[in-house]
Amino acid sequence: MSVKTELNFTLNGRPVNIEVPVDMTVLNLLRENLDLKGTKYACGEGECGACTIEVDGTTINSCLMYAADLNGRTVMTIEGLGAGNKMHPMQQSFVDHGAVQCGFCMPGMIIQANYLVKQNPDLTREEMKRGLEGNICRCTGYTKVLDAVAAIVGAEG
Amino acid sequence: MSEIEKYIAPDTVSDAVKALSSGGVTILAGGTDLTPQVDAGRRSHAPTLMNIRRVDDLSGITQNKGETRIGCLTTVSEIKQSDLAPAILRQAADHFASEQIRNAATLGGNICNASPAGDMINPLLVLDASVELASWKEGAMEVRREPISRFFTGPGKTIKHDNELLIAVVFDTPGPDFVGYFRKSGPRPALEISTVSVGIGGDYKDGAFHNVRVAFGAVGPTPLRGKATEAMLEGQALTAEVIDKAARAAQDDATPIDDIRATSWYRTHLIAVFTEELLNNVCQN
Repeated sequence: MSVKTELNFTLNGRPVNIEVPVDMTVLNLLRENLDLKGTKYACGEGECGACTIEVDGTTINSCLMYAADLNGRTVMTIEGLGAGNKMHPMQQSFVDHGAVQCGFCMPGMIIQANYLVKQNPDLTREEMKRGLEGNICRCTGYTKVLDAVAAIVGAEG
Repeated sequence: MSEIEKYIAPDTVSDAVKALSSGGVTILAGGTDLTPQVDAGRRSHAPTLMNIRRVDDLSGITQNKGETRIGCLTTVSEIKQSDLAPAILRQAADHFASEQIRNAATLGGNICNASPAGDMINPLLVLDASVELASWKEGAMEVRREPISRFFTGPGKTIKHDNELLIAVVFDTPGPDFVGYFRKSGPRPALEISTVSVGIGGDYKDGAFHNVRVAFGAVGPTPLRGKATEAMLEGQALTAEVIDKAARAAQDDATPIDDIRATSWYRTHLIAVFTEELLNNVCQN
C-alpha cells in the first residue's frame, strides 16, 4: 500500500477533506471513496471519455489524473451539474433529442458538451465534433448528440 | 505496481531539482502517460512521487529578444490557443489526442516520454528547438541546453539524467518568411498515435525555400530530422520535379518498422505522400 496524503478540495460546491493513497486516480476516489457513481469507468486509459469531469474549469479524464493532485482544486462531476432534482439544460436537451440510449457515456459526454459551450457559446457543428472527439458512444451514432448540443448553442448563444 | 513511500509537491523549481538529486523519484505532471504505463505494468513507481504541477514558473509561453520559451508544464491546450506559439506547433497541438487529454498533457511530458511518435516533438525539431535541463550542483541550480535533435537516444530513452528536470523548451522565434506545416496519419483524427508524422518548415521567399528543416515521427527509433530531404530542398524553387525528388529523399531518411499500427511498406509510402503534400502547402502559402 502506497503512502497516503491529505487532500482539501471543493467537490460540486462543497469542501472535501480526505486522505488518499498517493497513487489513487481521481476516478477511483470519486466512485469508491466518495460514492459518486455518475462518473463512469470504461477504458481506464483516456481513450473513451466516460470519466470526464471538470477540474478548475477545464475537462480532463479522471481515470488519468492522480487524486493527490486535487489538493486545493475545484471539481465538478455530473452530480454537480443540475440543481438538486432539476436537470441542467444540457441534460434536458440530451433527453429531449433522444441522444441517450444505454446512457453509459452520457455523464462524460454531457460534462464535455457543457464545457465546450461555456468555452465558445457560438460553437459550430464542426467544432462540436472536434470537441467531442474524446467521448466515445457505441449506441447513438452521435447525430442526436450533436443535435442536443446544437439546440443549447441556439438557446444560450 | 510498486509501493510509493513518499509524496512531495514542491512550489519552486529549485526545490524540485534538489529533490531529484537524491534519486529514486518519479516525476508526475499531467499524468496522461504515467497512469496508463503504470497500470499496464510497463513502468513502476520509484519510492518518491514528485508532483511538479505546483511549481508556478514552469508554465506558460514567453518571447524575449528573438527567442520563444515554453515552460515544461504548459499544456497542449495552452499551446493550441496561444498566439505566441508558431503555427506548426499549434497544428500539432490541434491533432494531439483529445480535448480532455490536451487539457492535462504537458509539453515537457510529451518530450520526456520520448515516443518516436510524440506529436509535439516533430514541430520542435522543425523549429530547431533546444531543451533546458536543470540539476542541483554544489548548492545551486545548474541549467544546460541541448538541441532537441540530440535529445532522444531510443524509444523512451533520452540523454536526460535522472537528477535532471526538463524545465523549458526554447527556440528562435520564427521570422516573417517562415512557413511550417505538420501532418500526421492515423485511422481516425482523434486519439490516434501517429502511424507517421511529417513536419516541414523554412523561410519561403521569392519562390525559393531556405533554412529548410524536415522532421519525421514514427519512422525510426526516435523522432528524427530528415537530413537528406533537407539537403535536397535547401535553396531550391519548389518545382514539381524538386518536390518529387524530396519525396524520394524522405523515403531514404526514414527507417520504419512493421508494428501493430502499420507495415514498414505503408509508412514508407505515407512519408512520400505527406512530404509532397506539405511542400505543395508551402508553395501555395
